[in-house]
Amino acid sequence: MITYLFKRLLEMIPTLVGITLISFFIIHLAPGKPTDVLADLNPKMTPEARERLEKYYGLDKPIHIQYVLWLKRIAKLDFGDSFSTDRRPVWTKIKERLPITILINTLALVLIFIIAIPIGVSSAVRPYSLYDKITTVVVFIGFAIPTFWLALLLMILFGVNLHWLPISGLKSMGYENLSALGKIWDWTQHLILPMTLEAFGGLAGYSRYMRSSMLEVVRQDYITTARAKGLAESKVIYKHALRNALLPVITLLGMSIPGLIGGSVIFENIFSIPGMGQLFYQAVMMRDYPVIMGILTIGAVLTLVGNLLADIGYALADPRIRTR
Amino acid sequence: MNQSTLKSLFWRRFKKNRLAVIGGIIVFCLFAVAVLTPLIAPYNPDAINVKHVLESPSISHPFGTDDLGRDILSRVIYGSRISLAVGFVAVGIATIIGVILGALSGYYGGWFDTVTMRFVDIMLSIPTFFLILAVIAMLEPGIWNIMIVIGITSWMGVARLVRAEFLSLKEREFVLSARALGASDFRIIFRHILPNAMSPVLVSAVLGIAGAVLVESALSFLGIGVQPPTASWGNILTIGKDNIEIAWWISVFPGIAIFITVLAYNLLGEGIRDSIDPRLKI
Repeated sequence: MITYLFKRLLEMIPTLVGITLISFFIIHLAPGKPTDVLADLNPKMTPEARERLEKYYGLDKPIHIQYVLWLKRIAKLDFGDSFSTDRRPVWTKIKERLPITILINTLALVLIFIIAIPIGVSSAVRPYSLYDKITTVVVFIGFAIPTFWLALLLMILFGVNLHWLPISGLKSMGYENLSALGKIWDWTQHLILPMTLEAFGGLAGYSRYMRSSMLEVVRQDYITTARAKGLAESKVIYKHALRNALLPVITLLGMSIPGLIGGSVIFENIFSIPGMGQLFYQAVMMRDYPVIMGILTIGAVLTLVGNLLADIGYALADPRIRTR
Repeated sequence: MNQSTLKSLFWRRFKKNRLAVIGGIIVFCLFAVAVLTPLIAPYNPDAINVKHVLESPSISHPFGTDDLGRDILSRVIYGSRISLAVGFVAVGIATIIGVILGALSGYYGGWFDTVTMRFVDIMLSIPTFFLILAVIAMLEPGIWNIMIVIGITSWMGVARLVRAEFLSLKEREFVLSARALGASDFRIIFRHILPNAMSPVLVSAVLGIAGAVLVESALSFLGIGVQPPTASWGNILTIGKDNIEIAWWISVFPGIAIFITVLAYNLLGEGIRDSIDPRLKI
């Protein structure tokens, strides 16, 4: 198991370098420079000042040299300083924003897991029944609803019409004066909509994968054997079949992380949540290269770690993989 | 089995799948709307009318009006053109890249295959929406850039699919006989193997259109997609969000249009898949 883990960790390094290489070149080769934005904001900026600034940022060097310099700094976990006027270190900026994004995404993943798996299993146990048909239709509808639109609809329903939930930010006015329990309740209220919506995007897919994976497993000989030896049906399904059917779903869960992270740009924008997605949006608008690269790198690391965790889960569940 | 019986078998299965037929009909209607736009739309979609600002749905404006008094029904109808164009061009680009890379790496294998598949893994690990966002915001946001960027960030699935098909097809007898007859690699890849690998590509392309429509509307919603005054479903929704407390109709109707479009392409795609090979049904 340890050698397996070590091997997987080593394999992550070239992938990560590849991701940063592609991102770096795409972002730096796109037209428009950070100094353009700064010059727009400050019409008094002379061409000389601009050149000085470019030199200061290291933007005057050839792009491959810039990349190597960036990579060297990253190896020391130094993400550089933001180009924006506050000049703060990129890592500090990301660190403030990361927890809330990770919290929402993790809660969403948990929600996906506890809802999608029972739906998938129960419709696979009775394939082509009325229940299965209804869930199939619901899943198709879920696939097709743009989640940012659903966000608007829920905001209208729960926020504007019913006044049950807040529709913006993380804290209400007067948050500071609330008791500890009140603060937690306030947070929860603000998080319900974004979390539900993040999860909604994955629900349809996962219940579908779970169903097909389960259908595949139920057909296997060892399930027939389990039934033949007289085990209760619930034991056959939940103990013998479910475990095996979960394996491919775990892998998919790891692969869904980039999508979840990408989705946070939209939700954080809609609900004005000060997370990583919002920071990214602002950084892109200002062409703040170090912040953009920092977030893309962190996003890639999260994705790779997610994949790794999925693979570890897979290896723990399936001894055949460990020995390979 | 010859080609014509395969085709009739496909049609027989497809016609039995009621949802797929409904999807097909809706897709056809969407095409008709996009082509006949100027005839169907009751108003000029860009006509500003200060007398009718933020009116709720009525007989003269069935979907209501927006903050500039523009007719939302007309804007939604014009928006269908944008969605259709983005969907088809983006998927076209993704399919061409995916098919070529997948075919070459499946057929030749070796270092080319290793490098390409590594590249695919890397592309799949980048939060693609972040990358799309970054690139489009830096280029001038506009419909052509959106199509191209969505296209070049969504070819990986097709490449994997085509590669897998090639890996099994290239071992078959008909490829061997083509080679024995002296056919060039180019001819074997594109004339002999590729046609046999096209059905999963078709399915993933139809499903891909749905995905591209969603991404375009999300980008336009964030304000970095299709730019106003050109109407797109996403940027009408932005106005809806800005007026969410007072005008629900601006948020509701464009979303329904996106929903129906995506649903129709998904149903059609799944229907085609089931009809090509019922065993693939999930």
